Amino acid sequence: MKTYIRSASCISPQKTFRNEDFLTDIVEYTGTRLSTIEPDYKEFIDPKLIRRMSHVIKMGVAAAKDCLNQARVEMPGAIITGTALGCLEDTVGFMTRMVEQNEELLPPTAFIQSTHNTVAAQVALMLKCHGYNNTFVHKGISFESALIDAIMLLREQEANSILVGGTEEMVDVSFKILTRLGLYRRWATSNLELLSTEAKGSMGGEGAAFFLLTDKTSKDNLAELSAIKTLYNINDIEGGITKFLAENNLKPEDIDLVITGKNGDLKNDAVYKQLGSSIFKDSNISNYKHLSGEYSTSSSFALWMAANIIKKEIIPQTVIERQIDNKSPKKVLIYNHYLHKYHSLMLVSAI
Amino acid sequence: MSSSVYIAGVGVISGIGNNVAEHLRAFEQGHAGMGTITMLNTIHKGELPVAEVKLSNDELVAMTGLPPNTSRTALLSLVAAREALNDATISNFESLRTGFVSANTVGGMDKSEGFFVDFLADNNKGKLRNIFDHECGSKTEIVADKLGIGDYMTTINTACSSSANAIFYGARLIKNNLLDVVIAGGTDALTKFTLNGFNTLMILDKQFCKPFDEHREGLNLGEGAGYLVLASEKVAQILTKPVYCKLSGYNNSNDAYHQTASSPEGTGSYLAMKGALEKSGLQPSDIDYINLHGTGTPNNDSAEGTAVKRLFDPHYPPMSSTKSFTGHTLGASGGVEAVFSALAIKHGIIYPNLRFETQMSELPFQPETIFQKGQHINNVMSNSFGFGGNCTSLIFSRA
Repeated sequence: MKTYIRSASCISPQKTFRNEDFLTDIVEYTGTRLSTIEPDYKEFIDPKLIRRMSHVIKMGVAAAKDCLNQARVEMPGAIITGTALGCLEDTVGFMTRMVEQNEELLPPTAFIQSTHNTVAAQVALMLKCHGYNNTFVHKGISFESALIDAIMLLREQEANSILVGGTEEMVDVSFKILTRLGLYRRWATSNLELLSTEAKGSMGGEGAAFFLLTDKTSKDNLAELSAIKTLYNINDIEGGITKFLAENNLKPEDIDLVITGKNGDLKNDAVYKQLGSSIFKDSNISNYKHLSGEYSTSSSFALWMAANIIKKEIIPQTVIERQIDNKSPKKVLIYNHYLHKYHSLMLVSAI
Repeated sequence: MSSSVYIAGVGVISGIGNNVAEHLRAFEQGHAGMGTITMLNTIHKGELPVAEVKLSNDELVAMTGLPPNTSRTALLSLVAAREALNDATISNFESLRTGFVSANTVGGMDKSEGFFVDFLADNNKGKLRNIFDHECGSKTEIVADKLGIGDYMTTINTACSSSANAIFYGARLIKNNLLDVVIAGGTDALTKFTLNGFNTLMILDKQFCKPFDEHREGLNLGEGAGYLVLASEKVAQILTKPVYCKLSGYNNSNDAYHQTASSPEGTGSYLAMKGALEKSGLQPSDIDYINLHGTGTPNNDSAEGTAVKRLFDPHYPPMSSTKSFTGHTLGASGGVEAVFSALAIKHGIIYPNLRFETQMSELPFQPETIFQKGQHINNVMSNSFGFGGNCTSLIFSRA
């Protein structure tokens, strides 16, 4: 059984949402943080509801609905999301009031919408979808866990069209705390120079990307999600990647394009550099985090990008680090790691 | 894909005990875990009863060997997960493909809320070590590292159905031949965040809760952790002691009605129970005991009861809500109650529903009120429903 990506929708700091142009008109951010470009949510959500929805709920619901529209699927068989930090705006909102009002006279809305499964729940509610509904909240492999769940459901024939999404919102509080923890830079950089000015820390990011996965063949499918694997705390990443490729009857030289999780942080990027001069020394290499910023489910942006690269047979200039040939990629490997602890490998192929 | 998944070990900690043996004793003696708040620094102390685990963080640290500043959520998790793993006595654990799938709803919130007070006053203040492990996934990682599990781990948060989903995701990882053994369940510690959150919804009973009673007035929050060791057919064959049971059915359905309230017909609950029965190949009449979600809120018990009626009428199996003992342990409840379900099969137990007095006028049945053991129990259904319309039912069957 194969898993296909029928459609993909992405709200990000770039003009990725409902845009035929594929990463041509790049938005520059100078600072330490990239924020999403907001679509007109009224097209996707009842205006009465928009007012009460936090940023991540709006992004998630709009990307999910657009993804279904693109696939011309009204009712998915299952809805699965991944988010590391969940609904931060509402979590922080409720906590702030709790502290400031000394636990008295608190309104319930923020608490109600603070649970990590709110996006998946709101999508189900809007569609009246009674099918399987799950949310994974495991750091840098939240989105990957959701994909693994979806692939198993397809194999088990529990559903044949599954909506899977990765969402994350950055609020001032989380940005400040993550900066204090050393994840982001302490001085302003241009995102267009993020990867060439390696220093300590990356730039913050956020976004929502949804995919309609199916086991049904169709000329409309964007690409095949051929394999996915997560590795924890391994020292020999080269060996890990080679083994993953071998499990899929591939060698490093069979990969037409490697998309890495390079984010401008010296320590973070060392492993990608090393791979670029070892097993992938003759490979085409692209990067994406200068476009999306760094966040726990950013690999969903990378998957959106890989699916489009394959379908459109274009590698946008802005993502290219090294392009050795002009072939349109048929086999794309996404390799991202989260703080050297969680490694995620996704193999995306032309149909 | 069709192979069975067996329950090889169980572990639990909650307001009624720190291990399986203490739980069995509390059930037999009818001892509920609720009482006055002692651990949280909140204005609701003395007003809202909760079911606290009767160990301080210091005692839990000493028990687990985790660093002193560890979140209570991870401390509780390690106690129960370790008990489950030891109970399973899998001799060749290191050579197997192992996973840890755990659930929790607010991560390290117990530490974060302390951090946040200082942070709010000055954004450069607040000890980072109290926020560093805020993420839900951190709790899972801390425990997996201690247990030596590294092939796969993940965390699920679907509010109050979280750990039931963790259990059957774990089982599916085995059925799909990705892993051999998975420890699955969930954990949640009491926090001011959740206490105040549920309080704003006005669904907390100021007395001890009365699930499935006509005069029920809400739930009591609890805390704890519960885990099962799930084993593949191959692993089950080499175990040195009998398995508890197998996981024969499971289903996750969404109520798609409201972010927090259940539909009056209990559509999600009905679909979850029905789907789990179909998966197990059983008829409603095959179910010997239902461990109800039974929070004690007017809305939940009415919706769940209506769904039970629709599926089981006119032959109702014995049923009860063990939340009348443990309180509602939120993200842990599905794991905690899965442990009770496995024990029900092993020891033939029907758990009593404490404080039940008056049958709900809308329902033709009432929960069991007397502890029974030595019954012949083949199939147990366990319900877990949560915010976001997330409804999950599991069925455990004699192996």
